[in-house]
Formats: sequence, structure tokens, C-alpha cells
Amino acid sequence: MTPRAKIISARILQAIPVVIGVVVITFLLTRSLPGDPAVYFAGDAADAESIQEVRQALGLDKPLPQQFFIYVADLVKGDWGNSLSTGQPVLSDLARRLPASLELTLLALFLSCLIAIPLGVLAAVKPGSWRDHLCRVVVTAGVSLPTFFTGILLIYIFYYVLDIAPSPLGRLGFLYIEPDPVTGFYLIDTALTQDWETFMGAAKQLILPACTMAIFTLAPIARMTRAAMLQALSSDFIRTARAAGLSQRKVLIGYALRNALLPVVTTLGMVFSFALGANVLVEKVFAWPGIGSYAVDALVASDYAAVQGFVLAMALLFVALNLIIDLLYAVIDPRIGFEAS
Amino acid sequence: MSAVAQHSFVSHVAYVLRQNPVTLIAFTLLAALIVCAVFGPALVPYDPLASSDTILQPPSAAHWFGTDHLGRDVFSRVIVATRLDMAISIGAVALSFVAGSILGCIAGYWGGWFDSIISRGLDMIMAFPLFVLAMGIVAALGNTVENVIYATAVINTPFYARVVRAEVNIRREAGFVQAAKLAGNSDYRIVAMHIFPNALPPMMVQVSLNMGWAVLNAAGLSFIGLGVRPPTPEWGIMVAEGANYIISGEWWLALFPGLWLMLAVFTFNLLGDGLRDMVDPRQRL
Repeated sequence: MTPRAKIISARILQAIPVVIGVVVITFLLTRSLPGDPAVYFAGDAADAESIQEVRQALGLDKPLPQQFFIYVADLVKGDWGNSLSTGQPVLSDLARRLPASLELTLLALFLSCLIAIPLGVLAAVKPGSWRDHLCRVVVTAGVSLPTFFTGILLIYIFYYVLDIAPSPLGRLGFLYIEPDPVTGFYLIDTALTQDWETFMGAAKQLILPACTMAIFTLAPIARMTRAAMLQALSSDFIRTARAAGLSQRKVLIGYALRNALLPVVTTLGMVFSFALGANVLVEKVFAWPGIGSYAVDALVASDYAAVQGFVLAMALLFVALNLIIDLLYAVIDPRIGFEAS
Repeated sequence: MSAVAQHSFVSHVAYVLRQNPVTLIAFTLLAALIVCAVFGPALVPYDPLASSDTILQPPSAAHWFGTDHLGRDVFSRVIVATRLDMAISIGAVALSFVAGSILGCIAGYWGGWFDSIISRGLDMIMAFPLFVLAMGIVAALGNTVENVIYATAVINTPFYARVVRAEVNIRREAGFVQAAKLAGNSDYRIVAMHIFPNALPPMMVQVSLNMGWAVLNAAGLSFIGLGVRPPTPEWGIMVAEGANYIISGEWWLALFPGLWLMLAVFTFNLLGDGLRDMVDPRQRL
């Protein structure tokens, strides 16, 4: 095994206990939910005996560890329970709504990087200058804005006052026909079929929620860029590059930024996590049919199978994403293989 | 403290604030928030729960922030809500401070199995998107204000525990700890009285940064209908109620509570940054 393969497999092994832990926590959360599911499923007319029967049928009379294994077996089989409000299996509900959330989150992160990385570089070039302070205040203000409030503010400005945004209800206006799901990302699906009219329709709906979330995620990316740039700029190879007479632009972009991007990529994993959390609120505000608004509706309707499925799905998604980012990191950073040998 | 020492401390603080005017602003804002939280109900012109005939009035001299759909004065509600929002966040932060300190001390000082179990447990909490976990906890424990506090405390505990663990761990074998051991102090006493106080400065930074998060988190939860119930004045609920009127043009219902909420979070975030500069200038990111 090469050193790099060893590091990669060790990292994959590390994710396993985390996944187990996530499942355990979700299980415990479910079991501590208020109300007795046996009473619920037995119906209104049930007497003590039939409730007991239902309890046995559901396996709720068994000891907790055994219940846990039954729960895990069901999860693996893809049985995540049925949602009370939609009547559908939770897993298929989530799968159907996931692309909407991912499209929103990924676009938001992309927009955020477009703004935050240049800001971070600008701040790092002259630490302590007015630009540095300004960047700090701007990104701190961004992260202090509650996403649900930013969303409402943007709706007011761009929909009500300026009237240039479409009504903030879902992924497409009612004039458009949903594209055939290939990836589930409307922008990609419409681009594939070259349906540019629907593409623009989807983009218009997407831009406000994506901006809302982008503002919230500026701070961590900009700060990490600034810190990584400061470190890169103080290293020997930059001094050498400057001594060799390379232009400021070449030194900053070509040498410092390229090296500073590695830790920034790692931070993106963390940022993605809180973007997923913030997603819940943003989707609620924009009536976005993603998994976040699904969970809020489920929560309001006390639809616990759906809530639990959502929490579990989010956590697994997040663990997987961090794993991928770490692996990417091992692949793109040439130093990782050498250090271990 | 002698007069000279006191003078030099004051001049040091003055120096830091002069160098960093942003931190000075943050301290001023914090003072204003504390005044609102403590004296809120006595300062406002109207009863925050009293409805009247003047509904949905835009801001005017009589109603600075306008009135809502029940004719309640938005300004009074926003100011009075400061106390509840602060209480929730301070409660949550205090709980996670205590829990994080205890867990961090155990993991950092005794190490071994304690460390492995505690660290892995904290990793698992961090494996969830935190707002989502908070939602799940409130759903599981029941929809009350206390549970919002517990949920917020749980999701913040890992941050404190990690800081304390690192600070305790590096001092475990320090000279002053060995001297304290030789002098016959018990392990508990050493951890609590000799090592833990060293972790306090970075913990204060964490508290300040975390307060902002806690306020956002609590307001977010009540925005989606968890925790605080109407008609209690609370920023998250007021924004949620105001959201229904935004597309018909009544912007003041959502704008003012939202701005106030942002101001509170902004204050704590700036303060945290500023404190970090004072405690450890190298850590500034």
C-alpha cells in the first residue's frame, strides 16, 4: 500500500464510528419523542389489549438494545418509516426533495466563494489597514444577519418595491413546466435540454434564496482565506518569488493564493454544514420545496418519522461530504503522500 | 490592585480600544443591550401586549417602529423582547460553559479512556448540522422555552469542551502542577484551582462568539414555531409574524425586530473578535 492509500483508508475508517454515533443519537432522539406510538397506531377505538398487541407488532416491548438493532436493520433496508402528512415513505420524500436543497446550497456556496475569497485576499495584503477592518466589519455583519431576516428583506426590496424578482414561492413560477428530472437540479436539467426560457425562470427563483445564504456564509470563508493568505505570504517561497522580481499579481494569485486555497477547501466542509442548517430557515421563507421546509412542516405537524429521517439524512450527508473533502485534500495536496513516507 | 497597576491596566484597555475602534463600538452596543434587557419594560412607552385600534400604522412620532396587526406598539415589543432573548442565550451559554468545562477538564487531565469517549461523543454532536440537531432535540424533548435552552446548550458544548481540553492538556505536566501535587493537593483541587483558571481567557472569547450564535439559534427556532409562543414578544416570532405582511408592504413589522436581532448578534461577534485580539493577538483570523 502506498502511504497515500494508507492515509485515505485510515480516513475512511475514521468515518465509521461517527456514522454509528449519528445513528445512535438519532435513535435515542426518536425513542424520547413524546407520545406512545403504540397508542397512536392502534387508533382511537383501541383498548389496552389491542394497544399491547400493536406494541408487540412494532417491537416496542423488546429491550432497548434489541430495538436499536431492529431500527438499524430497517434503515439499511431503506425503510425509514412513513410520513404522516404526505403518506409517502420518508426516504423517497427526502430523495425527491434533496436536489432542490442541494442546488440552492451549492449555488449559494459558489456565490459566497466568488465574493469571500477576493475579500480575504484583499484583507491579507495589508493586515491592519482600513481595507482589512472594512472586510472584517462586512463579513461579521453578514454572519450576524439571521438568514430568515435577510430573506424577508430581499423579498421586500426586490419583489415588493423594485418588482424585478418573481414571487418567492418555490422553484419555478406557475407559467413554466417542470423539466424532466435527470439530475433534479433545474438549472442543469434545463441546460441539458436547451430550454433556456425555463432555465431563466428557475434562475430567477433561485437567485434571492441563494444570495440570502451566500451572505451568511461569507464570514468563515473570508476569514479562512485571510488567515491562510497571511501564512502563505509570510513563507520563504513568497520571499524568493518577490526577490526574483515577479509581479505582485503573479506572487499573490499564482503562488500565495494557490497554496492558501487548500485550507479554504477544508473550511468549505464546515461551511456546508452550517449552510445546511441555515437552509431550513431559508427554505421556509422562500417556500422552497427542499428537505428543510419538509422538516419544518413535519415538525409543525408532529410528524416525527419525517423529522427523524431528515435529521439522520442531514447528518449522513454531512459526514459523507467531510469525508469527500478530506479525500480530495489528500489527492490534491502533493505533500501528504511524502510526509508519511 | 495598587494605583499604579490599576492605571496601567486602564491605559492598556484604552490603548487597545484606541487601536481598534470597532471593539469600542461593540462595547458601547453591549452596554445599550444590557440597559434594554434590565430596564426594558420600564423604558418603553406602551404595554407590549396591549392591543389597540390603531393597527398596521407605519412608523410615526407616537409609534417609532409602527404598530402591528393587533395595534401593538412594535418599538415597545422589540425593546421588551431583549430580556427574553438575552435570558435564553445567556442560559444556554452558561449551561454549555459549565458542561464543556467539566467534560474538557476530565478529558484533558485524566486522558486515556475518558478522553477517547468524551472526544468521540463530542465529535458525534459536531457531525450533525447544528441547527438541525437543535430542531430534533426540541422536537424530542417537547416544545418549550426550557428545551430551546437545553438544545442550544447541547449544540454549543463541544466548542467549550475542546477549548478547555486543549488548555488543560498542555498544562498537565507543567512545573506548577507538579509543585501543587508535591504540596499534597488532590487531583480535583489541582484541576479546579490551578489548571482550569488558565483556560478562562480563551473561554471568555468563546463565550462572546457563542452568545451571537445562541441568540441566532434561539431566534431561528422560534421563527419556525419552536420554543417561545405568541403573544410573547420575541424577535424571531416577531419577524415570522411580520413576514406575512411583507408582501403587502407593511415592512416595519419584520424590519425592526430583525434589525435589533442582527444588532445583538453583531455586537457579540465584534466583541468576540475584539476580546480575541486582547487575549491572543496571534489567533486573530
